[in-house]
Amino acid sequence: MPPVIQLTDLSKHYESGFQALKGVNLTINKGEIFALLGPNGAGKTTLIGIVCGLVKASGGTVLVDGHDNVRDYRAARSRIGLVPQELACDMFETVLATVNLSRGLFGKPRNNVLVEQLLRDLSLWDKRNETTNSLSGGMKRRLMIAKALAHEPDILFLDEPTAGVDVSLRQNMWEMVRRLRERGVTIILTTHYIEEAEEMADRIGVINQGEIILVDNKQALMDRLGTKQLSISLQHPLSALPEALQGFNLNLKDEGLTLVYSFDHQQEQTGIAELLKALAREGLEFRDLHSSQSSLEEIFVDLVQGENGTAGSAS
Amino acid sequence: MNLYAIRAIYSYEMARTFRTLMQSIASPVIATSLYFVVFGAAIGSRMTEIDGIPYGAFIIPGLIMLLLLNESISNASFGIYMPRFTGTIYEVLSAPVSPAEMVIGYVGAAATKSVILGLLVLLTARLFVAYEIQHPVFMLGFLVLTAVNFSLFGFIIGIWAEGFEKLQIIPMMIIMPLTFLGGTFYSITMLPPLWQTVTLFNPVVYLISGFRWSFYGTSDVPVGISLVMSLLFLGLCLVVLRWIFKTGYKLKP
Repeated sequence: MPPVIQLTDLSKHYESGFQALKGVNLTINKGEIFALLGPNGAGKTTLIGIVCGLVKASGGTVLVDGHDNVRDYRAARSRIGLVPQELACDMFETVLATVNLSRGLFGKPRNNVLVEQLLRDLSLWDKRNETTNSLSGGMKRRLMIAKALAHEPDILFLDEPTAGVDVSLRQNMWEMVRRLRERGVTIILTTHYIEEAEEMADRIGVINQGEIILVDNKQALMDRLGTKQLSISLQHPLSALPEALQGFNLNLKDEGLTLVYSFDHQQEQTGIAELLKALAREGLEFRDLHSSQSSLEEIFVDLVQGENGTAGSAS
Repeated sequence: MNLYAIRAIYSYEMARTFRTLMQSIASPVIATSLYFVVFGAAIGSRMTEIDGIPYGAFIIPGLIMLLLLNESISNASFGIYMPRFTGTIYEVLSAPVSPAEMVIGYVGAAATKSVILGLLVLLTARLFVAYEIQHPVFMLGFLVLTAVNFSLFGFIIGIWAEGFEKLQIIPMMIIMPLTFLGGTFYSITMLPPLWQTVTLFNPVVYLISGFRWSFYGTSDVPVGISLVMSLLFLGLCLVVLRWIFKTGYKLKP
């Protein structure tokens, strides 16, 4: 797939001295769904801001479909639609007026048929003549998407699209993103929900403290991040791991009161059944079982530590 | 040139004007009419003529300028400040719109509204006092030039301001006093010699004087100087705007 966005050595220092991006290199391919994952403050929004022309880069270049986004900003920007994280609406304008404005700003003549279809797809057509301040949060989010799509962009940026959105709307949004991809739109979404990336993305990039620490296909990444842990609370503390349990990937914690078993939840055989049988054979009684997936924050920490040596090979 | 964008911004802003017709158009017209009633018809009948012009007619150009300055500044500053305040400015900034196109859209709409208001007030004045317009083409041109100048100035204020108070400060603290002291209600020849000189540092004097010349053919300062001063102000605003967009001042971090 040919690259549609190419970031080279992109950096950003804010006047406050904060360095939001530290020499980011990243390539987004045409037609893919790319998820940019990172904790709050990692630089996701700054990165999007620079590509879309909202933030000035301190260094580096952005090519959008081969067009430099500073020197040739018209060509670059006209290909991009942006749904920002904040719900920003002109409170006293109607839904229809704001969507028409969006289309005009991007240099396109009025197209009532297209706008109607767009609003129908996003279940906003009935609200077209209402002012935006009468919309619910979810509707506003959809309005932002309608505005971003009004000029038929080839590339769509979704900055935290499902933040504060309920489950059914989230499903709708994912459905819509897939439909857009089928039409050939490249989608870049940022999120700090790993399920979102897991559900949607073809490729995932992880950004932390202004650096892209990893870019990989979703499947490859999921395999790496797929570790789950089973915590077993014991009735009586163990001083050491019994011989018969040595074969399992176990750690003893809480002064011998908790056994932590790490396993790959994507494997057919997680080994849990064998472990429980072994515990029974050893006569170890337990009070509670609790399984958990590493939180994204923990995964980031692991990645930062693990990727230090290979961070440069990202993208 | 992204003409669709200019049209989109312009018509969006104009729609806001017409939607809020009452406060946008009616209230300035009513307020200015009150000036005519009080100063023109009521007090004016007891005032002597100035430069051979009845007092009620004499204050018309100044009052229209007063309205034009206030309206241009507040329309344009509000027009750009609101999107900054609500966050919707992201869309204009991320669109393939050049700074010039953005300014033409916003400032054009603000200036259009001011010109409409100025002309409405001029018509309204006819109900209260008789006046003539000796140089109608110059009058109209000067009206448009002043509306554009102060809409540009308002646009700059709207980018500079960080709150609604700041939006009001310059119109209230600077423009209003300068207009009142700029010869709206008197001819500067009526002032003591020292104050006549001081007054010449007030830029609004040149606006009112030039505008009054287009009505009655008399002015406090030569009309050519009025025109030059207006064009200088236009140039200054454009230089400041150029700097704003070049540095991204308060628009692009």
